[in-house]
Amino acid sequence: MGEVVLFPKDFSLAAYKYIFGMNEIWISYLNSIYYTVVGTAVCMVVTISCAYPLSKDKLPGKRIFGFFLMVTMWFSAGTIPMYLNFRDLGLLNTRSAIILGFACETFNVILMRNFFMSVPKSLEEAAEIDGAGQWRILTKIYLPLSMPAIATITLFYAVAKWNGYFWSMILLNNDKLIPLQVLIKKMIVELKVPMEQADLVDASTQEVTEETVVYASIIVSSLPMLILYPFIQRFFVKGVMVGAVKG
Amino acid sequence: MKIETKSTSLESQSNKALIIKKYLPLYVMMIPSILYYVLFVYKPMGGLAIAFQDYSLFKGIIGSEWVGFIHFKEFLTTPYFFRTMKNTIVLNVWLLVFSFPAPIIFALLLNEVRNLRVKKVVQTLSYMPHFISTVVIAGIVINLLSPSYGIITKFVEMICGERIYFLVNPHYFRTIYTVMNIWQTVGYGAIVYIAAISGIDSELYEAAVIDGANKFKQIWHITLPSILPTVVTMLILRVGGMMRDSTDTILLLYNPSTYEVSDVLGTYVYRRGLLDADYSYSTAVSIFNSFIGLLLVVGTNYVSKKVTEYSLW
Repeated sequence: MGEVVLFPKDFSLAAYKYIFGMNEIWISYLNSIYYTVVGTAVCMVVTISCAYPLSKDKLPGKRIFGFFLMVTMWFSAGTIPMYLNFRDLGLLNTRSAIILGFACETFNVILMRNFFMSVPKSLEEAAEIDGAGQWRILTKIYLPLSMPAIATITLFYAVAKWNGYFWSMILLNNDKLIPLQVLIKKMIVELKVPMEQADLVDASTQEVTEETVVYASIIVSSLPMLILYPFIQRFFVKGVMVGAVKG
Repeated sequence: MKIETKSTSLESQSNKALIIKKYLPLYVMMIPSILYYVLFVYKPMGGLAIAFQDYSLFKGIIGSEWVGFIHFKEFLTTPYFFRTMKNTIVLNVWLLVFSFPAPIIFALLLNEVRNLRVKKVVQTLSYMPHFISTVVIAGIVINLLSPSYGIITKFVEMICGERIYFLVNPHYFRTIYTVMNIWQTVGYGAIVYIAAISGIDSELYEAAVIDGANKFKQIWHITLPSILPTVVTMLILRVGGMMRDSTDTILLLYNPSTYEVSDVLGTYVYRRGLLDADYSYSTAVSIFNSFIGLLLVVGTNYVSKKVTEYSLW
């Protein structure tokens, strides 16, 4: 004890070997990728298909839809009624709960709608005169012009899905379904419970200790985001500004 | 006369048909999102009714017995009421006082950095924690403060000569929680303010310099008033999401020995509702939580309207 204070004593990859030998890590890693990719795709479809109609000034009933949308920014049913709702729908312990149950985020819908509203109306009017329907107007005019916003919101969703743990922890009870963050949460919680016991773990004699495993898993789980980070961070800056300008 | 009314009604009918034809695809497009909001957002709100019931899983909401305000009364008489209410309010006030201004100060400081390269690097590094999950950040904090191998614990031990059990000592919880929150949010929160500051007309500063205003006066009289609408918007947004976010984070950081300062309404709901399956009671408690959240949003809006003339509604 006390040999390792601020400087590492020696270099070892044992903890990583240990981690990659764990089946749970691989399963939860794949689950996280699945929830992130599929969840983000579903979210984008729902968000765009909700934001586009609401961006039309003359859409009858727009104010009512807008009101019911805004309400969800401030009110939610809360943990228990939401949990029971998933239960009633038979979605506990299913992947669909994580994908469909969180299929869009109101804040992002509003962000997307604001961006659609800033697309010049003249383009749409010209297309209408040429006989284009709403579907063509959306896919040929609005979507290509909104690529920066779409990229940003996709990243908002992807980061939130990759990092989220609370609902996966509550809704998924099966080790085959849990994402990485829930697994890491379990490891951290198991480690932090008994203080006396933690004291007994002698860091200098064991090569693989609990804390090195936790640190290794922290690195492993953050790696995808950290690798992508330099490439995607500018989209975030743009997206936040899109939101801020419109307020 | 008669003919005229008939023709206008015919006209408006064909108009209506035209409008429906034009907008029908848009309504069809909205079906997935309407389904989502009805099934997963508004339907559970009906489930709040179980707070007034003796809800049983087998009987469902329709079959369960109505008991009125019993669960609310029960909560009010337990010692948990005072403890969780106090902690919810105190921890959120700590965040508002320390964590909310942090990105503003950071943005103001960063704005004064003249070396563009340094500025860019500092800013990019500062919002990295936003990309790392709360679970991982809490894991890092727990490891840094661990009594047996935490670097911070070791360091403090070297200086003070005694080992401090940061995570189990209630004395430190609020500080740890707030510092962690600042670390997580300062860089990302600053982006908006940096954008707002960069939008300020530089002529204002030039005029101020001619009038002999120093840096502090420039910040106080030009920068801050210019970004005030952004500050108010962010404040109200932050207050709205605060109650929800704090539960996620506290669940990761707290343990029974710090409950007296760390147990908030949200975490109590989690333990009673999901771990003990006491659905009706915990829903009643969570209604208190929503109520405080609502008060905070309305209150913040009111204060900002009075003080700054900016408000969300």
